[in-house]
Amino acid sequence: MVSFTLNGEERRFDGDPETPLLWVIRDAERLTGTKYGCGIAQCGACTVHVDGMTRRSCITPIADLEGSSVTTIEAVSGREAEAVQTAWTAIDVPQCGYCQSGQIMSAVSLLQMNPAPSDADIDAAMAGNICRCATYQRIRQAIHDAASSLEG
Amino acid sequence: MGRHEILRPSRRAFLQGAGLVIGVTLAGRGMAANLIQGEPADVQNPEAKAFNAFVRIAPDSSVTVLSKHIEFGQGPYTGLTTLVAEELDADWSQMRVEAAPADDEIYKNLAFGLQGTGGSTAIANSYDQMRKAGATARAMLVAAAADEWGVPAEEITVSKGVISHQASGHSSDFGSLADKAATMDAPSEPTLKDPKDFVLIGKDRPRLDTPSKVDGTAVFTLDVLADDMLIAVVAHPDRFGATVASVDETEARKVPGVVDIKTIPQGVAVYAENTFAALKGRAALKIDWNLDAAETRSSEEIYEEYRQMIGGAQGLEAANEGDVDGAMNGDGITTLSVDLVFPFLAHAPMEPLDAVLMRQADGSIDCYNGAQFPGQDKAAIAEVCGVDPANVRVNTQLAGGSFGRRAQFGSPYMREAAEVFKASGMTRPVKHMWTREDDIRGGFYRPIYVHSLRGAIDGAGNIVAWDQSIVGQSIMNKDELDTTSVEGASDMPYRIANRRVTAHQPKLGVPILWWRSVGHTHTGFAVETFIDQLLDKAGKDPVSGRLALLPDDARERAVLEKVAEMADWGSPLPDGRRRGVAVHKSFSTYVAEIAEVSIGEDGGPKVHKVWCAVDCGVAVNPNIIRAQMEGGIGYGLGAILYDEVTLGDGGRVVQSNFHDYRSLRISEMPQVEVAIIESSAAPTGVGEPGTPPIGPAVANAWRRLTGQPVTRLPIMSAAGV
Repeated sequence: MVSFTLNGEERRFDGDPETPLLWVIRDAERLTGTKYGCGIAQCGACTVHVDGMTRRSCITPIADLEGSSVTTIEAVSGREAEAVQTAWTAIDVPQCGYCQSGQIMSAVSLLQMNPAPSDADIDAAMAGNICRCATYQRIRQAIHDAASSLEG
Repeated sequence: MGRHEILRPSRRAFLQGAGLVIGVTLAGRGMAANLIQGEPADVQNPEAKAFNAFVRIAPDSSVTVLSKHIEFGQGPYTGLTTLVAEELDADWSQMRVEAAPADDEIYKNLAFGLQGTGGSTAIANSYDQMRKAGATARAMLVAAAADEWGVPAEEITVSKGVISHQASGHSSDFGSLADKAATMDAPSEPTLKDPKDFVLIGKDRPRLDTPSKVDGTAVFTLDVLADDMLIAVVAHPDRFGATVASVDETEARKVPGVVDIKTIPQGVAVYAENTFAALKGRAALKIDWNLDAAETRSSEEIYEEYRQMIGGAQGLEAANEGDVDGAMNGDGITTLSVDLVFPFLAHAPMEPLDAVLMRQADGSIDCYNGAQFPGQDKAAIAEVCGVDPANVRVNTQLAGGSFGRRAQFGSPYMREAAEVFKASGMTRPVKHMWTREDDIRGGFYRPIYVHSLRGAIDGAGNIVAWDQSIVGQSIMNKDELDTTSVEGASDMPYRIANRRVTAHQPKLGVPILWWRSVGHTHTGFAVETFIDQLLDKAGKDPVSGRLALLPDDARERAVLEKVAEMADWGSPLPDGRRRGVAVHKSFSTYVAEIAEVSIGEDGGPKVHKVWCAVDCGVAVNPNIIRAQMEGGIGYGLGAILYDEVTLGDGGRVVQSNFHDYRSLRISEMPQVEVAIIESSAAPTGVGEPGTPPIGPAVANAWRRLTGQPVTRLPIMSAAGV
């Protein structure tokens, strides 16, 4: 039995302790905003926040999360999240959209740690998130736009 | 978008606390399949009135467009809705969109003759049809208003969703008149607007699907949930054409949560109560494969066989003008030749293939999937599961990319999903999913192609002969010439007096498929890199040299001139950088690109900036056109730099996931600047045409940087990086 917090609520999981967090979120908790893309931490579609830091949920066994606090796209909030989602919407970043939950979770985390990221900072923070539609130019722009909006 | 609220109170309670019901059985709990989350097709709001197959208007004045095209990123949901809204004179805020149901007649792609999305046709084939659907609904609303108010229809105006008659002071929204209007006669030939009166077409318009893709609520097939649903994965053979000889299921059945294991024609299916158990169960299977019918050649062996073919039997003639052999051997002629090798490519959409199948109490079957050819999917399910096609509903969901992967005649993937469902006994809903490994190793690749090119330049520096042979599997599985093998080469725009293009179409046991831009993925590269080398050898500039070879009325001219102007072609460059240019028509859209490249820290190309000019006729939504150029460039760049699916010794696929089938990452994405040529020509597609020019543009810059032409793709692998 693993006890953890998911989007602010106490949860328990009594299945296979090796189960990756991704499948606990999607199968047991039925929150589907977090996506499967590779299963080996190569694409970032499964990115969530664990105790405030980005984590690839597809390779994180639920057993490692005893007492941890997990936040998914469904509940990500705060001024950085709002700024990122507003900026994403304003310039229509998504195409197919499948990777975008992961992109947004990574971008929010970046801005929480670095309110004015350079292009190199963005490259470093976002290189683990693949977008096969290659919306990267707009992702970069939206992060800069979100950072600008947070200045004021 | 129209999200249907289908959670019933009991389902909500289930979601909120009860947790998973564990039961080790394929037999259901005796209830009809209940959808918990998903987008059922054709859910009729009894109050919303159908004006035709594409337009419904509800009492609250919301207008719902039924999109016959799937949305997987290229924007048809927004585009088709824009076309209807324009002629309907609706306000954008009242517009909604939903997937149309599967119907190869009512919802056929007018370019294909069956329902389907692909070939960059969504806007091109729908432009008149959707405008007429909107204009028809508008005429019916006006007729209802005229009748209601007792005024002449000609005096009624419609603007931003308001119907008005100025003289009498009457006005109405759409919803108040919808009931009556839906019963009015539809005009046989509705009047369409003069393009100069367009209010919505031609202007940037926010995508209708953006909000749900930013807050995580967008539902893709993988997100479809049904009561009592099983998760299934299939163990596929490790070589194409192999079949199951024997299976040891012992260890797999011990995995908690594994419900059953069945052998199906495509492999061995593992059913489980959750995804992790299914994956664990599959990993524990021990399978012996029968290789009698398997393809066991390696990629290297295939390349070598293809090279031999060029010198051997006569190919299929795709173009033959003038006297190529005579011109090649003329006096004072300089010749140049090059061979090019293109690997297998996987599409690797972010969402791997998946489908949810469930049987209703009346025996009918619902399928939820990213249906690119819904009618084909429906027929496959009906045949495999033994039900009448009329009793199969295909509910098209948003799909996480495709790039061609989901469009298959005969729907081989859906046949697998249906076999999985059928073998389960069809009592519980089944979600069938592929992992990334299944995707990369699953075949249906862009075929291997080998090109052999020979060109001749006369003493005055004129290119006088072009001889091109193309070897590769026929995507359309033809014995006669498959135009998809030679498109972009046989119809190249340059005026060269003596020109021959031939094709060889060998058979191979590797399943293949179109990949974003189909034949243009390789013909564009071959033509645009070789013409660049010939111009270089003749001492000509890449831009002016191309322009001199293009006919006066060629639409390539404007995009080439525009892109040269944008990039200030010929201006001094920073140290260590070179530029390459390419122009290519595909799907009747013309795109020119210039890439500025240096040698990166890893020794391979670093692409700094790409300028792109596109002529796609009327630009329905410039914002989406720019996005498609940006994305098409990024997708093509990733492929030409990094990607190959390699068959190793014995025919096994070497690559398996994104660590060795690389995708372009944000740090590798160049800055892209797009210009759209103003045009009043009929609109053409933008989903694919941005992709073909980027490869040759980068390769042409790379040749200037290194002195060596790119003769094998991907560039990084060929460069030993």
